[in-house]
Amino acid sequence: MSAGVVVVGAGPAGLSAAAELRRLGAGPVLVADREPEPGGVPRHSWHTGYGLRDLRRVMTGPAYARSLVSAALAAGAELRTGTTVTGWTTRPDGVHAVAMTSPAGRQTVEAAAVLLATGCRERPRTARLVPGDRPAGVMTTGELQQRVYLGGERLAGRALVVGAEHVSFSAALTLAHAGADVVALVTEHGRQQSYAAFRFGAAVRWRVPVWTSCRVQRIAGRGRLEGVEVADVRTGTARFVPCEVVVFTGDWIPDHELARLAGLAMDPGTRGPAVDTTLATSLTGVFAAGNLVHAAETADIAALSGRHAARHIAAGLGLELVLALGQGLGVGHGLGRGPGAGAAPLPVLVEPPLRWISPNAIGSAAPPPLGRFVLRSAGFRRGARLEVRQDGRLLARSRPVRLIPERPVHLGAGWLAEVDPAGGPVRVITCAARRW
Amino acid sequence: MTSAGGAADVVIVGAGVAGTAIARTLAAYSLDIVLVDAAVDVGTGTSKANTAILHTGFDAKPGSLESRLLGRGSGLLRSYASAARIPVERTGALLVAWTPDQVASLPGIEANARRNGYRAIRPLRAGQLYAREPALGPGALGGLEIPDESIICPWTTPLAFATEAVAAGVRLQLSTRVTGVAAAGDVHELATTRGPLRCRWVVNAAGLGSDTVDRMFGGAEFTIRPRRGELIVFDKLARPLLRSILLPVPTARTKGVLVAPTVYGNVLLGPTAEDVPDRSDVATTGAGLRSLLAAGRRILPGLAAEEVTSTYAGLRAATEHSDYQIRVDAGRRYACAGGIRSTGLSASLGIAEHVAELLEEAGLALKPRPGFAAAPPVMPYIGEAGVRPYQDAAAIAADPAYGQIVCHCERVTRGEIRDALASPVPPADLGGLRRRTRAGNGRCQGFYCGAAVSRLMAGAGARAGAP
Repeated sequence: MSAGVVVVGAGPAGLSAAAELRRLGAGPVLVADREPEPGGVPRHSWHTGYGLRDLRRVMTGPAYARSLVSAALAAGAELRTGTTVTGWTTRPDGVHAVAMTSPAGRQTVEAAAVLLATGCRERPRTARLVPGDRPAGVMTTGELQQRVYLGGERLAGRALVVGAEHVSFSAALTLAHAGADVVALVTEHGRQQSYAAFRFGAAVRWRVPVWTSCRVQRIAGRGRLEGVEVADVRTGTARFVPCEVVVFTGDWIPDHELARLAGLAMDPGTRGPAVDTTLATSLTGVFAAGNLVHAAETADIAALSGRHAARHIAAGLGLELVLALGQGLGVGHGLGRGPGAGAAPLPVLVEPPLRWISPNAIGSAAPPPLGRFVLRSAGFRRGARLEVRQDGRLLARSRPVRLIPERPVHLGAGWLAEVDPAGGPVRVITCAARRW
Repeated sequence: MTSAGGAADVVIVGAGVAGTAIARTLAAYSLDIVLVDAAVDVGTGTSKANTAILHTGFDAKPGSLESRLLGRGSGLLRSYASAARIPVERTGALLVAWTPDQVASLPGIEANARRNGYRAIRPLRAGQLYAREPALGPGALGGLEIPDESIICPWTTPLAFATEAVAAGVRLQLSTRVTGVAAAGDVHELATTRGPLRCRWVVNAAGLGSDTVDRMFGGAEFTIRPRRGELIVFDKLARPLLRSILLPVPTARTKGVLVAPTVYGNVLLGPTAEDVPDRSDVATTGAGLRSLLAAGRRILPGLAAEEVTSTYAGLRAATEHSDYQIRVDAGRRYACAGGIRSTGLSASLGIAEHVAELLEEAGLALKPRPGFAAAPPVMPYIGEAGVRPYQDAAAIAADPAYGQIVCHCERVTRGEIRDALASPVPPADLGGLRRRTRAGNGRCQGFYCGAAVSRLMAGAGARAGAP
């Protein structure tokens, strides 16, 4: 069986890429998703705010998911749900043989290009090394929302939310919908990080306290959760907070299993595959988009990232239509121009307090998705200027920006033409920053 | 085939790996056997939370009962596992010395192994260690190779024994705690939380509760001193970092912190060793996990960059004695198999064979059951070394449920979950389902499948009329 492009993951990035690939005439496009229904995380995220930047209208998560599915199907993409991509091999002629399992059996699909859009997930309690007992009632937002919105479960009792970023407020809202009393949001940071608490309604916004500079340091309860020990990170004093549910939110990690098993070069910051500004990975013909390369941006940003990758995949397949679009794709690039192929791409490195940048390689002068790089900071800073340097040479300096952990920071790409392809790595540093 | 007066021939107290092994061994004879456990499932105590290693017994104390039963039992279990499809991988172990003192102790360990009858052990120079394990941390000075040390699935093992026993007519009574015993002529009357149980013989395989049961029969020779071991399970993506089990040089107190692959494709780091007063305290601690991570960074620095999938703690049924506490009191018609420490999994079939011999010597008639042919059950395969259902085109073609993956991280299919729920020894809760299928054991810890797996489990409970 043969397909032009195989897209792994039918979330916002994968579905948007599939629709764009079809629109550009990229031939057969097969989207495989392991879940029973396509749509990705928005399927079980019932608050509004989806679709702003890609569809230019605002809707709930499930409506947004349905909209993306319809668009991909209308464009002629084939969607296979309940289908797990278990790995692939690349033949000497560059064709990728993608292995899949589904109730229909084991299949191998040949593809000229593969787009990984496997998204990201929240790190669970175990990965965060929170010690104590192992009772039921400890979960991530992803599990909470599937229980409540896809399974119709009620959750009685007191609930504690770990995290105070965007998704944490979404979890608090879900808990309120499910009938739980949200005791507090707990964050190790000195302040909460969501600009959008208001989006989640007055119930959450006004009644739920945010305990800052606090850390959950022990889980207690044999069988069922009885409570957690919360410590003040400054003084070390701890107290016991009785609760029946604790939700670990945020702390995203890309779902990078396929990328790593395929041996793609990985970026230590994002922990996703290293990608250049065309979203090409280190393996010829393999691209990565969405929250696999920036965990986690909002769904519309992931969708636009998928669209961006689609255009470069189509261009690489030699589609004149794409070149005629004049999207500023850069010149002379093809599927062989990703990091690691041909001239080695330049890594883009960040220094603390910055945690990561995406894309994180430069293989051509093609601009990144939305014409900008996205970064994350580990600490709060204000008045920070981002400087781009290569071998000590200043390429660009941003206006003062505010850095907030888990919130995106953007860096324009106007300096790409200044990069010396024969030079050293490009470094992004902060200067003139003040803590706050 | 209950004896006259409604009394069973044998009640085995404790359905851990030792109790289930004894049950399947005695089930070959014409005996009416009841296997009871206080917990809702078999193998929920020490048996479920250990280092999952099939030991050769190379480091046991020569001449001890543990050494003998370990040598015998590990061989028996190896054959049994291959027939029952219990996942086992013969990875071999490297015992690594990091200090000159440890290097000096290697010849003694090697000689000890030979006294235990294990002759395949051999010394390795530092260069040979690094040739085998390139990711080993810097500073290893030398070591020993123990090529037959293996990794095993600690969950399938007692489950296979219980499944075989139940098929042979053993009555399994879970959620049944023995609270006391009274003698009435030649019959014991056990008081349990589910009413009285009458029997002629009692076998105590109660693990962490084995001293409590022993007291009921007048024993006073040992007291369980629970020793907690915390362990860290690393992501499967860490698996390529090592090939063998990496053992430290043991101290007088513990075997120390090891790094080992698991049959599920993860990497295990642990255990700690801490005496705790509470026999049910299997909580992990911040200090314990930090000490393991520090040890892991030295042994296999690459682990530091990998994600932790899970952490857990188990309690070893240690006593004031260094050896197993196995004996039979013919007068009381009582056998004790207590104080089985961390080696119980490997020695289980040896322990069962030994207990059966002691019982026969004490007067329990072991007459072969007419028409009975011992045959290990064929268990669902949950290891990584063989073909799992999601990889099996023929299985999926015959039953599409084996192509419907529910738990993505562990690639567990709806067919496997359905089979586990309908099995002769079915799970009572999500933990039981995890131990039978791996569903929910993966890196996401339920982010993707937690809700769906819970619904499948709840549906099975509703059909079975469970509360």
